[in-house]
Amino acid sequence: MVKWTDKERSTVRTVWESIDIDELGPEVLRRVLIVYPWTERYFGAFGDIFTTTAILQNPKVAAHGIVVLRALDQAVKNMDNIKDTYAALSRLHFEKLEVDPDNFRLLADCITISVACKLRAEMNPQVQATWQKFLQAVVDAMCAQYY
Amino acid sequence: MVEWSDSERSAITSLWGKINVAEIGPQALVRLLVVYPWGQRYFGSFGDLSTCAAIMGNAKVAKHGQTVMGGLENAVKNMDNIKNTYSKLSVMHSEKLHVDPDNFRNLADCISICVAAKFGPQVFTPQVQEAWQKFLAVVVSALMRQYH
Repeated sequence: MVKWTDKERSTVRTVWESIDIDELGPEVLRRVLIVYPWTERYFGAFGDIFTTTAILQNPKVAAHGIVVLRALDQAVKNMDNIKDTYAALSRLHFEKLEVDPDNFRLLADCITISVACKLRAEMNPQVQATWQKFLQAVVDAMCAQYY
Repeated sequence: MVEWSDSERSAITSLWGKINVAEIGPQALVRLLVVYPWGQRYFGSFGDLSTCAAIMGNAKVAKHGQTVMGGLENAVKNMDNIKNTYSKLSVMHSEKLHVDPDNFRNLADCISICVAAKFGPQVFTPQVQEAWQKFLAVVVSALMRQYH
């Protein structure tokens, strides 16, 4: 089980509270699709996501970005049990969605970049270290039901 | 050879033009040493790196951060030949400095976060992020190339 200091817990909560999911969710998924274009293969039902302009304007991308980011709330609320919290979601991504788990790390990187853009200097080195530790725990949990 | 679109070239050179190496370089190295603490093993001669505050206040870290970041200038100026541009530096990191090449990617990630935090989403757009991370990935690959 991941150990968290009081400071790390409060840092994760503070970062999470300063995020507007409706604003950052769309930005995060747009970044994933633009920076790592092979991820487009997972979103065949979204219509045109094959140019930067199309991705930036696509309403399904925006809506789904919000869905994905909202799911992080579960991890923030259950920091001592992230693995069990995401067990069903991990199985879903493995068995039904057939997502290559390497992509979880790419999504985490884009979340961190979007958060850094939003928080600017407040995303100082210690906050970055704690936030990345938190996202690593989420990524590990998302990979946990893969075999 | 890596192919760059015109928009990638211009995104990279434009972003590089905004970056103050003396500011971003130290920040990136500080973050590497704080977020990936095993990186501290390479800087035994730098003095006190025992706490985040010590790392942030360490003059040798700041100076070396600037040196490393300044090295990116060669890549920006030689985007069509990054592999050969960095071949000596790659040999040095492998044979003399014995640096685990995974650390190149960690430093590249820290540089990107510094740039994102400095310039925000209007400058570090998804398109700029794509070009910049592609550029850093090519630099990382060139630095790993002479390892054996």
